[in-house]
Amino acid sequence: MDIFLQQIINGVVLGSIYALVALGYTMVYGILGLINFAHGEVVMVGALVAYTVMTALAPTGLPPVLLALLALLVAAPACMGLAWAIERYAYRPLRHAPKLAPLISAIGVSILLQNLAMMIWGRSYHAFPDILPAIHYDIGGAQVTLLQVVTILLAAGTMAALAWLIQRTAMGQAMRATAENPAIAELMGIPVNRIITLTFVIGAALAALAGLMVGANYSVAHYYMGFMLGLKAFTAAVLGGIGNITGAMLGGLLLGLIESLGGGYIEDLTGGFLGSNYQDIFAFLVLIGVLVFRPGGLMGERVSERA
Amino acid sequence: MTPIARHALSLTTLAIALLSLTACGNKDAAPIATGEVTIKIGHAAPLTGPQAHLGKDNENGAIMAIDELNSRGLSIGGNKVKFVLISEDDQADPKAGTTVAQKFVDQKVNGVIGHLNSGTTIPASRIYSDAGIPQISGSATNPTYTQQGFKTTFRVFANDVHQGQALAQFATQSLKAKTIAIVDDRTAYGQGLADEFKKAAEAGGAKIVAQEFTTDKATDFKAILTKIKASNPDVLFFSAMDAQGGPALKQARELGLKAAFLIGDGGCTPEFIKLAGNAAEGQYCSLPGVPLEKMPGGTVFKEKYKERYNQPIQLYAPYVYDAVMVMADSMQRANSAEPAKYLPEVSKTQFQGVTAKVIFDAKGDLVSPAVSIYQDKGGNWNFVETVSAPTAPAATK
Amino acid sequence: MKMTARFFARLTRPLNDGRVHWLVWALLGILLAVMPWIVAAGFGNTWLRVLNFALLYVMLALGLNIVVGFAGLLDMGYIAFYAVGAYLWALLASPQFGLHWPMWAILPLGAGVAGLFGVLLGAPTLKLRGDYLAIVTLGFGEIIRIFLNNLNAPINITNGPQGISAIDALHFGSVSLARPIDLGVVTIPSLVAFYYVFLFAAVTIIGIALRLERSRVGRAWAAIREDEIAAKACGINTRNVKLLAFAMGATFGGVAGGLFAGFQQFVSPESFGLLESVMVLCMVVLGGMGHIPGVIFGALLLTLLPEFFRHVAGPTQQMLFGKIYIDPESLRMLLFGLSLVLVMRYRPSGLWPSPQRQREIQDAQHVDAPAAVPVSHK
Repeated sequence: MDIFLQQIINGVVLGSIYALVALGYTMVYGILGLINFAHGEVVMVGALVAYTVMTALAPTGLPPVLLALLALLVAAPACMGLAWAIERYAYRPLRHAPKLAPLISAIGVSILLQNLAMMIWGRSYHAFPDILPAIHYDIGGAQVTLLQVVTILLAAGTMAALAWLIQRTAMGQAMRATAENPAIAELMGIPVNRIITLTFVIGAALAALAGLMVGANYSVAHYYMGFMLGLKAFTAAVLGGIGNITGAMLGGLLLGLIESLGGGYIEDLTGGFLGSNYQDIFAFLVLIGVLVFRPGGLMGERVSERA
Repeated sequence: MTPIARHALSLTTLAIALLSLTACGNKDAAPIATGEVTIKIGHAAPLTGPQAHLGKDNENGAIMAIDELNSRGLSIGGNKVKFVLISEDDQADPKAGTTVAQKFVDQKVNGVIGHLNSGTTIPASRIYSDAGIPQISGSATNPTYTQQGFKTTFRVFANDVHQGQALAQFATQSLKAKTIAIVDDRTAYGQGLADEFKKAAEAGGAKIVAQEFTTDKATDFKAILTKIKASNPDVLFFSAMDAQGGPALKQARELGLKAAFLIGDGGCTPEFIKLAGNAAEGQYCSLPGVPLEKMPGGTVFKEKYKERYNQPIQLYAPYVYDAVMVMADSMQRANSAEPAKYLPEVSKTQFQGVTAKVIFDAKGDLVSPAVSIYQDKGGNWNFVETVSAPTAPAATK
Repeated sequence: MKMTARFFARLTRPLNDGRVHWLVWALLGILLAVMPWIVAAGFGNTWLRVLNFALLYVMLALGLNIVVGFAGLLDMGYIAFYAVGAYLWALLASPQFGLHWPMWAILPLGAGVAGLFGVLLGAPTLKLRGDYLAIVTLGFGEIIRIFLNNLNAPINITNGPQGISAIDALHFGSVSLARPIDLGVVTIPSLVAFYYVFLFAAVTIIGIALRLERSRVGRAWAAIREDEIAAKACGINTRNVKLLAFAMGATFGGVAGGLFAGFQQFVSPESFGLLESVMVLCMVVLGGMGHIPGVIFGALLLTLLPEFFRHVAGPTQQMLFGKIYIDPESLRMLLFGLSLVLVMRYRPSGLWPSPQRQREIQDAQHVDAPAAVPVSHK
């Protein structure tokens, strides 16, 4: 039982991170219908900037929590600026282009950022410093660290704040209107371009947070880390119903749990025929299964909730 | 004119344009200093992508060897010679590997050092073999590489079989492990090593209680580690590179998994200790050969590397250094840098390198290579013991 | 930016006369025939090998173009079919199972099996919209790769991550293309022989693609691409037609895969990663989606360009600054990423789009926003 509980905890932590990243995908998709392939790289930049700040300030002897906060204060604006630039120069000129053009542009940005990061931060894997003291809690035999608790709470809090922003504020209303129909939103006096930029920038702030959390939880940062993470998060967004905020959270959590439980139990489930080497297949199979029966993703049909 | 014909015409124009494009690219011929004979050594490793840091490390090792050779002012065949390194990026991709190999052949390199990965080394070796160019790898560990029946393939590194056996021997005899869990990263390296380890460990009387898998891009290992925890092994053998091994060890300890941690040469790096942090203390890794400190010239090499590149040796640099030296040594003995002339001399090599005494068997592998075990003490890999591999080049079948 | 288009138009104008067109064909034929000799002699075998890979990518890009360009279905796991073709060849013509089937048997079989996989992929995804399709096909591609990477236990089928080596080269009877072929008068080097075989296959595939585009099925694909509901209303069996697109596209990939295995004589799962799928997709879109000459152009460009950077990035810096500031390898990928962005920025419908599509795009840009607004999900 303790093992099962441990797997659930692993899954929820991983899922929270996926969800944070997936939000960035889903917000942009909801408003532009664009798969922002470069979002994973923004997370990577966030993690590496945070790493740099934390290691640079480490000699000051400040407590790690404070360092992490400072790192976030630098990483978030950096990512936001980056996302602003990407939107402005790589996506906006393509707004009326054929459907696949922005996708290819996004792939180009992704390759570009990866190689720039490689030049700046080098080719090595960087050991991400601890941001919280290593306090363990024992829950029925399962180990939970303080960091994991904080990760889950932070993710949940951020998502709640985002939901509030979109559902309850004037800005959120403008975002929803833009998502629904940009042309008419513009006629209603909504500055559509600014709203779109804002969406990118908010997504990037979340990406910076996600980067910090990934770095801290798995204690590694690397110029290549954004790619797989982005892919998984995108899968999560689609699983939940892309364009839908609640869906992204649900999809993220679900994917985290699937990977964790899949990795842990696939061997027993298949009588030893498939091992944890098929962990990724499990996630994709569930995705295909869900989409076959609900082609819009889990929450995809509630169009009005789209942001 | 039909549209198809128009396309055909445009394609013709295009083809001509592309031809002229390639023409610009053909400026490889390096200027040759007069009175000197240039010996071109090709070096291939991934210099972009996730393994770029290791590729660069290999390249650094090769550059040091080349510079040292040039500073000696050698003469071969009565001419003063200058060694030139032509380094190429094979992206750890088999297809790019063959393109790079072809490029070396076109440039008439005198010998090739590399590649880094078995996946690129094997398809490339066919091209070198066809051209008769000797190839010495300092890091490709897949046994297949030297078993293809080519005369041009050599390696100055223990292959998976040797290292797997040595690691298993250490686990079962020195650590007295009764139960072992294995994780491999499903790369040619990780899987190959894990399989050999498993065979040897079972033969040594240990029980494999869990065999789990990850990927070479993973950062989260908690699901498989939790599962391994349930089987409570004495030793966890992690058959992957440092970038996965370090974080995995840290995560294992967070989960309360207390097994002794063992990793192969891919994890025997300063990087691993950095990534695992305090968790690395007391854990083990293996490296083919004898520690640099115990080899003549080893310490000097280590210091020089650090001084020149402002970072410690990552992993394979000394082996690549040895590979270049072995090649140059063969050329000197043959008194010729012509591949056909010095190739027979490579097989007869008896060279004291910084990592090992290099003597090749009939296939081009090292004769009974030693494998050393290291343990992390206070943030450094400290030598524990040398496990001489069982006298088993025959066991590579 | 319309300069290139105008350039091509001007180039072809004097020839817009039926009589001349055989001349153009002859010229192209001769050029393609002598190309390998010129390339090998003038630029070295490296470029000939790159050219051979370029031909393989032409086949792949044309295959993907059927799915993405003709039928408008975004497939991001296309490389899976290439993998299926390659592994089929590797299994049936290597010491792995001790089988050494002839090329005539394996290539059609490879095409057939890949086609079957195409249908397998197509069937569950018929109802999915563009972007959902993208992620599912991406997943499918990964699933195939993961299976190839892991099917070495409990029964060893694919030899896992180690890959399969010592594969038979392409061969006609007892004449293997891996060795120079002595024809008495002239000896054809191995790489040139491969070139001719690949050229033949590529030309055949181009022919089939051209016929398909103009066929009844081709028009049905275009109809689905433009408006699926309208197509259905016109009596097109959208399900079968879509499945056919997947199957046809996959077939091309299967053939290219078989040729790849017979050329490289070594296959391992790492050759069939997601990035390869993305690369082929880039070729199709960058060249000009749905436009066969454009797609060919895209495939050639994206195979040759990185190699070109490999050759000039270092020396150019050396020449300009006397020193290498950015190492050529990083710069190569950097420039590749940048060029993807810039091309899309200035030529969003590809470098060489079909004239018809270009007109549509221009029209869309002139009419104000609503027509071009992203379709909301219904």
